[in-house]
Amino acid sequence: MTVLTALLRPGRARTLAAFALAAALLLLAPAVLSPFRLDLLAKFLCLAMVAVGIGLAWGRGGLLTLGQGVYFGLGAYLMAMHLKLADAGPGGVPDFMLLYGTGQVPGWWEPLRSPVSAILLVLLVPAALAALLGWAVFTRRVRGAYFAILSQALAAAFAILLIGQQQTTGGTNGLNGFRAFFGYDLADPVNKQMLYLIAAGVLLVMVAVVRWLTVSRFGELLVAVRDQEDRVRFLGYDPALVKVVAYVVAAVMAAVGGALFVPIAGIISPADVGVVPSIGFLIGVAIGGRATLLGPVLGSIAVSWAQTSISEQFPSGWIYFQGALFILVIAFLPGGLASVAGKLRRRRAAAPPGEAAPGDAAPDAGPGPELVPERSPA
Amino acid sequence: MRLRSTSRNGATRLSTVSLAALCVFALSACGARVDAGGAPSASAESCVDTSGDTVKIGFLNSLSGTMAISEQTVHDALELAAEEINADGGVLGKQLEIVSEDGQSEPTVFAEKAGKLITSDCVAAVFGGWTSASRKAMLPVFEAQDSLLFYPVQYEGLESSPNIFYTGATTNQQIVPALDYLVEQGTKSLFLVGSDYVFPRTANKIINAYAEAHDIEIVGEEYAPLGHTDFSTIVNKVKSADADAVFNTLNGDSNVAFFKEYNNAGMSADDMPVVSVSIAEEEVGGIGVENIEGQLTAWNYYQTVDSPENTAFVEAFKAEYGEDRPTSDPMEAAYTSLYLWKEMVEKAGSFAVDDVTAAADGATYDAPEGKVVVNGDNHHIAKTALIGKIGADGLIHTEWSSEEPIEPDPYLEGYDWADGLS
Repeated sequence: MTVLTALLRPGRARTLAAFALAAALLLLAPAVLSPFRLDLLAKFLCLAMVAVGIGLAWGRGGLLTLGQGVYFGLGAYLMAMHLKLADAGPGGVPDFMLLYGTGQVPGWWEPLRSPVSAILLVLLVPAALAALLGWAVFTRRVRGAYFAILSQALAAAFAILLIGQQQTTGGTNGLNGFRAFFGYDLADPVNKQMLYLIAAGVLLVMVAVVRWLTVSRFGELLVAVRDQEDRVRFLGYDPALVKVVAYVVAAVMAAVGGALFVPIAGIISPADVGVVPSIGFLIGVAIGGRATLLGPVLGSIAVSWAQTSISEQFPSGWIYFQGALFILVIAFLPGGLASVAGKLRRRRAAAPPGEAAPGDAAPDAGPGPELVPERSPA
Repeated sequence: MRLRSTSRNGATRLSTVSLAALCVFALSACGARVDAGGAPSASAESCVDTSGDTVKIGFLNSLSGTMAISEQTVHDALELAAEEINADGGVLGKQLEIVSEDGQSEPTVFAEKAGKLITSDCVAAVFGGWTSASRKAMLPVFEAQDSLLFYPVQYEGLESSPNIFYTGATTNQQIVPALDYLVEQGTKSLFLVGSDYVFPRTANKIINAYAEAHDIEIVGEEYAPLGHTDFSTIVNKVKSADADAVFNTLNGDSNVAFFKEYNNAGMSADDMPVVSVSIAEEEVGGIGVENIEGQLTAWNYYQTVDSPENTAFVEAFKAEYGEDRPTSDPMEAAYTSLYLWKEMVEKAGSFAVDDVTAAADGATYDAPEGKVVVNGDNHHIAKTALIGKIGADGLIHTEWSSEEPIEPDPYLEGYDWADGLS
């Protein structure tokens, strides 16, 4: 229990310790796991990157985004297009275009030939889309369920668009069969391990970034916007701007996760970016504890891991288990598994209820009092 | 009131830790590079264990998700074949040990589970897959690991992997004979209806090329998203186009809605027959016989095929899974695929992938559909095309047959009109 408490309580020293522990575990994994399991873990880490972003946007900012598959997919498809072009060689045409398309590379694929512009586009395209969409939505004060529905519709539309453009996006088949990642042979186990380490490193950096954002003034504003948007506005801040920033950061994290997912999983298809996977991302975050720092990461990895191992033991039984777990967490632990530690601690301390922080009163907030930023004595 | 920022120090320290972590990654060794356009690198060593009395094989079907309803039947047929082979003494004297995995109707999961079966379970061969997307997802995995996949479903052709055996029909064994049959019947115009994914789009590309060369007019081509159930618009278009026949490449649930709407609009098999390539005995029950009676299908096997091998297969299947369970083309192709693998392994005297593929050419098996022969060049099998009519009993009865098994030609190289396709 002490380990769990240390992991999940966001005190400074403890966060650092938890972070160091997570880094050590991630670095140790290649020594313990078989290449196949390591590959799986690398894939889970990519999905966890999406969860980190959702943790910030939903857990901290209250933006229930049901469409992170769009940004994950954008990053993934942009990277996949680059890998396909790189495999085809200079001036070459990806194999599937010869089969189903015109045999010509469409103009909008061309900027992805260069590795540098591919990486830039992976970051910039999702960021630009999220900024544009966020600005349009949040300045009109669309929030709550309306925002959730809108983001989900976007995911559905994105998947349908990809399926319809078989000649240029591979349709339902998606893009797969990549031979190399920036020149490194993907069949070589050493390179697979390198990819895992890159994914682990990027994930750790993302967690650090979220931690940094959370404890910054921006983080406090974000929580304030979540709990009392109007008050923040009356104080002279622009809540829309705060939300847009959180949404863009979450989108970029999802895109980077997608971009790394492609060489690791070896495939991206519309089934990985539509409504169902978008909700899947959310389930991990909710189970782990959306408003904690490590909750979304651990929840996401745990759910992915459980999905794989349970489906190996009981093919077809997994889906019931996921549903049951989700219902249990929502019913009994609205703050996620990460809130168990906080609850136990509070019970032990038996603090008088009057001392509970105001955040507890917010109906849809869920997180324990430890998540509300400290208040200055006016 | 000013909001106060907290724990700047913590954040700085975190950044330092992450930077240190990144340095470690930078130091980690990198592996082989490839030259752009170069050949793929050498494949992994096989870990298949054939030292004991058993040998492992993998079944990879979607047991959950939208495809489960179809793929479960294939899974059942594979289980039946494995039981029969084990009861008969196994393969090369070794009992088959089955590792089942769920593809969850998602290409990414198929790729992951294929990798697991090959590298963690060390299976000698994998049987399964249904959608083209799942096969395309698994193909690079099997090629990279140099393992074997037996794929049991009719598909859009234009593929031939050294690591895959295709025991379902390719286009020249199903779609082309169906078109030949329609031409024979005097069809001059066609309306194409399909689900929006790879198989229907590729099939329709082929049909368009065929139509151009055979003076058939394509009066309409419509696609519905997979799982779509509102067909009033499409059926209206079909009705007003008044074609001689409809070529249907819809998949799954959409067929139920399409045929109900088709009947509601007052059309029937007599005035505008629909030829379907994805409706087998299993689906007829789901659509409702009354909605689809008299319509045509194109396959290579029906439950009504009259042969001693088929009688035995149907009886064994019903004894195992119940009297009400029909047998269908993909099930038969899956059942056959396991026996064909057995033939190849016994011909080769070895479970090694290279030996099995070397022995593949000419491997034969007296399948329920008739005698099938493996083509060692393109890894497809010669199959007899059958056009069937759906009867009031819910079964499909052969209306026309190609008589001889048709040699597989996945790239349609033997057809002049198909020159521009691949």
